[in-house]
Formats: sequence, structure tokens, C-alpha cells
Amino acid sequence: MRVLLSGNEAIARGAYEAGIQIAAGYPGTPSSEILEAMTQYREIYSEWSVNEKVAMDMAAGAAYSGRRSMVTTKQVGMNVLSDSLFYAVYTGLEAGLVVVTADDPGLFSTQNEQDNRHYAKLGKFPLLEPADSQECKDFVIAGIELSERFDTPVVLRTTMRTSHSKSMVTLGERVLTKQEVGPFPRNPEKYNCMCLWAKKRHPVVEQRLLDLAAYAETFPWNRIEWGERKLGIIASGVVYEYAREVFKNASFLKLGMTYPLPKNLIREFAKGVRKLVVIEELDPFIEEQVKAMGIKVIGKEIFPACDELLPQTLRRIGVEAGFLPKREGGKVHASPPENLPGRSPVLCPGCPHRTSFFLLNKMKLPVAGDIGCYNLGALPPFSAQHTMGAMGASIGVLHGMGKSGLPEPAVATIGDSTFFHAGIPPLLNMVHNKGVGTVIIMDNSTTAMTGHQDHPGIETTLMGEKVKKVDIYELVKAMGVEKILKVNAFDVKAMEMALKDCTSFKGTAVLIAQGECVFISRNPQPAYEVDLDLCTACGICSRMGCPAIVKVNVVHERTGKRKTGIDPVLCTGCDVCRQVCPTGAIRKPEKKVA
Amino acid sequence: MVSTKSVDFLIAGVGGQGTVVASDILSDVGSESGYDVKKSDILGLAVRGGSVVSHVRWAEQVHAPMIEEGAAHFLVGFEWLETFRRLSYVHPKGTIMVNDCRLDPITVSSGEADYPEKEKILTELKKAAKKVYVIPGLQTALDIGNARTLNIVVMGALSRLLDPSPSLWEEVVRRRVPKKLVDLNLDAFRRGRELI
Repeated sequence: MRVLLSGNEAIARGAYEAGIQIAAGYPGTPSSEILEAMTQYREIYSEWSVNEKVAMDMAAGAAYSGRRSMVTTKQVGMNVLSDSLFYAVYTGLEAGLVVVTADDPGLFSTQNEQDNRHYAKLGKFPLLEPADSQECKDFVIAGIELSERFDTPVVLRTTMRTSHSKSMVTLGERVLTKQEVGPFPRNPEKYNCMCLWAKKRHPVVEQRLLDLAAYAETFPWNRIEWGERKLGIIASGVVYEYAREVFKNASFLKLGMTYPLPKNLIREFAKGVRKLVVIEELDPFIEEQVKAMGIKVIGKEIFPACDELLPQTLRRIGVEAGFLPKREGGKVHASPPENLPGRSPVLCPGCPHRTSFFLLNKMKLPVAGDIGCYNLGALPPFSAQHTMGAMGASIGVLHGMGKSGLPEPAVATIGDSTFFHAGIPPLLNMVHNKGVGTVIIMDNSTTAMTGHQDHPGIETTLMGEKVKKVDIYELVKAMGVEKILKVNAFDVKAMEMALKDCTSFKGTAVLIAQGECVFISRNPQPAYEVDLDLCTACGICSRMGCPAIVKVNVVHERTGKRKTGIDPVLCTGCDVCRQVCPTGAIRKPEKKVA
Repeated sequence: MVSTKSVDFLIAGVGGQGTVVASDILSDVGSESGYDVKKSDILGLAVRGGSVVSHVRWAEQVHAPMIEEGAAHFLVGFEWLETFRRLSYVHPKGTIMVNDCRLDPITVSSGEADYPEKEKILTELKKAAKKVYVIPGLQTALDIGNARTLNIVVMGALSRLLDPSPSLWEEVVRRRVPKKLVDLNLDAFRRGRELI
């Protein structure tokens, strides 16, 4: 049967067909849909772990125990995960283990544009790069086979386009899997990376790489497609698909396994073409290895290292470099004006984070931010986030600010899921090292930005099991924080008082701003209304940055400014704008008598 | 009617308008009509009230999941500004269908930027493509009683310009919308067909 699947759905399907029994990960665009799709296969235990490293350890433990396993992460999650992946390369496993990293060329939702293929060289493991959904599925199955044959974790690297594009996939059956496993292997010299024993494992890892390189020559998805011999293109992943379309007549060496490389195949291809080109998004990962073989190849001198290499980019460069005739150059098209109003994402109407950023803007405090929807606090009209770098970084950065003797109190903002992911150690560190600063834990009871996944602070797991939730207040208290306030995030006055209280405290203070994400809240209220007679067009409500607050075509007699209206379709009745309106013009709708 | 070997669609709108489901439906209709199909959406942070775009490609064999600028046979816009923003994708001999709907981005509602005039956008759309249809999609959806059927109304209108039969479209719609809302959405599809 053939069905249309996204790359991420196809990876989940591959896990099913490959007989994977345990899967773990932490949500992150563009990887989140893999585990979400995994839950349709009830044969597979899947979970959202608190972070990527924990997911990796969990999957390693399962693979040591004889269960085929998978870990999923977004590109920067690999930085968190790699610490544990690297020991698993030394130990090897009892059953197959595939790690999926979804990279983000073009930075659609990531803080940098790192190329995770480098990890393969650093960590010394095989790397597969699928080009479409069919390959996403096939490479999970091939990855499990490789993993078991060579006793190593295998990494599958997608990009946003491979993960999120949909294409046709032929479905297969699930292989037979073990219902029960035996006792845990007692093989300490293999599974303990103690320096003495790890020293003996390193040569095993090196020999394995040589064996893998020999295998790469026959890996079925490394293939030459001969076309005209004047141009030969080496490509992998979705870029292969782009290049195939733009350079229709060229010869291709299509690589499915990009580490270690099939050197003989590359030599054969290079000999067979007059001009050799590597087209790869981001870094010259393949190019440098080909150059190191002494082969002349064109790559990053014409194809940029930044951003995606979309078909129109390849066509433009192809013409400029003389690979394509001029008549095949960029297609004629209209262009919109450059100064169109942007439509950057905004905090949703009814978002519990709005109050915090409204107040932080008003109080003009320096704010160390974190990863989540609340990043939008950095943008106008709030402009109230001054640093942001990585998961959990806000609290450590705040600690550094606090120790630097700034003339003003500083604040960190972090969401509940991000706090569980990487916020606990830096908060403990602040407590122990007498840090000064206020941490706002914005508890909206979900992992909102990536699509509302569970975490230890809520009552349901990915598999739908009911569990006891971890109480953030009690957790923070147990960590030794002396000043903890818990406030309704939709109560502006209470939030303001709590913020003033916390920021005047000479120690580590935690303000838990609690309010459910509007997408999981089951309590939408009727839309609010504006009394235009009372509205003075002062514009304070606009500082809430709410998409439901609009300007109407009624102006204030004296100032000539347009008054406020509320979009009845967008407003969720969260009440926050009513609380900041100085004239009482915004109000709850009167109950209509039926 | 388009009966060439390949058909490329670019769907543009605002997060929350249902463009992703619309492009899923369009993809299913293509694959069930015997085409190879690929599609690509922008997901993640970009969908929260931001501009969203889906590329859908039907052909005997599709390589790239992305359409090149100047190559889309159809630019299907759910909102004026977003249709204007993606203008470069439409083929000069292609078709633009735009839903008569204006959604002010926050830069406009806060008074920092001006929304281009609808007439000006329409003039530019007419210059960019061979044929432009303006459809009252949102009004039709509101008449039906559920603004969220907008995407199905638009697909209904689009279906008039394509080969696959209405019954195939309806079968796909049936499968792609929540069970409780099947009848409502089939109504939306049929009313959409009447718009062109």
C-alpha cells in the first residue's frame, strides 16, 4: 500500500516496521511529530523524556537490555544528547539503536544553523541522510540492521524539509519482535566506559569505522546515476531532489550514507565526469572529505554555507557558474513590494505570558530569556527579553548577571517544560552559590511551542497514562529557594506586586506565574467589548501585544487617534486588557438574556 | 481546466486559517488521481498567527517538494496580504485565487505599518497572473455557520478549476475532517464550488 506521509511520520512507520520497541525524545521542531506519530503503534513504548540526554540514556539502557530503540531530537538537542551518544558508540549494544536528528537549515525555529553531520566524525558513528519520506522509512530499517551488524548506534539526519515534506511511501509489515528479553548482560568491560576498559574499546571503534567504510561501497542507497558526463553532482538528502530537478541532464552520485563515505565509489564517479560538484546545505562536510582524497571538486566557493539551497537558488548559481545554459535561468515572475507589513508570530490571544512581559516592559528590568513561546517577549511591543541562547540558559545567565554587580535587579524567564529540561541544575547552583535574581517560571501546564506535549508537571504521559504531576512550588522549595511566590498569571496587579517583591529580595527568588496555555485551557470566555465613549485612545492596551486588540475607525475628538476595538473572533476573554485600561472602557460582555 | 503532466500549487495564508488541512486534501486528491505527489508546509513557531505557506506538487514524478518562483500553476491565497507576499511564485500564465479576507498583522493593528489597499493588491495580482478569481470564502463559511470551514470552501472553489471529480474530492474531505463535522464540511465544499 502507498500512502502520503511526512518524513517524520515515515520515520515512525520505519520504527514500527523495523521492530523498534522503545522510543524516547524531547519535543523540538522539526522533530516533534516523530514520537507523536509513534503513539499510533501501540506495540512501541514511547515517551517524552525530560530532555534529550535522558532520552538517549533511556534508549541505550533499552538497547543494552535487548530492545530495538530509537531516540529523536531536534538539531540543537543533539548538543544535549551527544554526551550520552558518545559512550554508546564505545559500548555498542545488544539490539539496534537509531538516533534521529532533525536539522534546521534556514533557521525556521532554531537558535543557530549548526550542521549535525559533524557529530558523525566527532563521535565516530555511521550517518544516514534520507532524501524523501520513502527513504526516511527505509533508512530506519537499514539503520537498525547496520546498528546490529556493526554493534554501534546509527544516526539518521533529516532536515526541516525532509521531516516536514510529505511524499509517497510504500508500507511494509512489522518484523517479528521478541516478546521477552533475558537477564541483563553482565559484560562490564564492554558496557562500563571506565578509562581502563574504554581504552580497549577505542581500537574496536576505529576498526568498526574501517569496516563501515568498506560497507558504504555497497550500501544500496549510495548510487551513481549516469547522465551527461560534463557535470557530475554529489548530493544527499533533500538537496539531491532539488538538484535532480534543476540539473536534469547531469550525472549524480546520490549518497544515502554520508559517513563514512564510499571512497571507491566517489573515485569512480569523479573519473567518469568532466566537472565534479558537491551540493550540500550548510557546511562542506562531504566536500572536505572528497578534497582530502585529493580529488578536485567545486563546492562552497559557489554554493553558500548559509540558509537552504532551494531549487531557485541552485538554478541561479547553476547559470552563473555555467553549468546551465542561460535560457534555463530563473523563471520570469512578478515580485511583491519589499516593504509589505511583516506577520511575525505573536503571543496568542489569551496567552498567560502576556502579563509578565507587559510588566517587565513597564518595569524596564534586564531579562535573560529562554526557549519557548515566551521568546516572543523579545519582540515589540514588549521588547522585554535581552538574552536568549539555549534551553535552560536563562537561569545561569541570570546568576552571572547577579554576580556582576549590575545597578538594577535582573530577571530570568523560563517555561515549565524548559525548567524541567535544563532549569533545575542552574537554579540549584544559584541557591548554593548565594545567587541574586528573580526567576519567573511561566507555568502554562504544557510544552506549548512544539505542539503541547507532556512533561513531568502534567498528569498524562505520551502513551496516555495517568500519572501524578510534579508540583513546581514544592520542587523549588525542596531545592532550597527561600523566596517563592505563586501567582495567577492573568492577575496583573498581583503579578506586579509579586515581581516588585521578588526583585527587591537580596537572594534567589522564584515567581511561579501560573496560567494555562490557551490551547489546553478548557475555559474560554465570551469576547470582551469596548465602550467607545469611555475609550480615550491612550494606547495602553496596545502594549499588551494582543492580536484581538485592533484599532477602529473612530477617532478621539481631541487627539485624533484611533480608538480601540476587540476582535470578537480572536478574543478569549482572558481579562488582562480590562485590568490595564485606565478608563474602564474595556468590559466583559453583559450576559444576554435568552 | 488543467490537464498537463504536472500541476504546482502554492497555498498562502495566516496560521489558524486551515491551510495545512487544505493542502493535505489537495495532496490526497492528487495522489488518488494517479499523480506522484509531494508537499511541504512551514510548521513550528511560524504557525502562531504568522504567515504560512504550503507547496503542493502533482506530477508523474516529483523530485523537489518545493516549487520554484515563477512556476506555480495556482497561487491559492486565504488572505489578501499573504497572497500578495507570495506573488513571485505564480507562473505568468498561472491562476490566482484569493479569498476576500483581510487580517491585520499586529504591526498594522498597532499602527506601525499600513496594510496595502485591497484594490492595489488586486491590480498587482492581475498583472502577475493570467487569471485572478476573488472569492467570498470567509463570508460563505460564516453563512454556513462555522468560520473554520473556510479551507474547505476554498478547496471547493479550486476543485472547479481541476480535473478530479467532485465525488473524489468529497471522499477525501470526508476522511480529512473531524467525523462530527463531515456534513458541515461537505456543505462547505459544495458551496465553494458554486463560487466559481
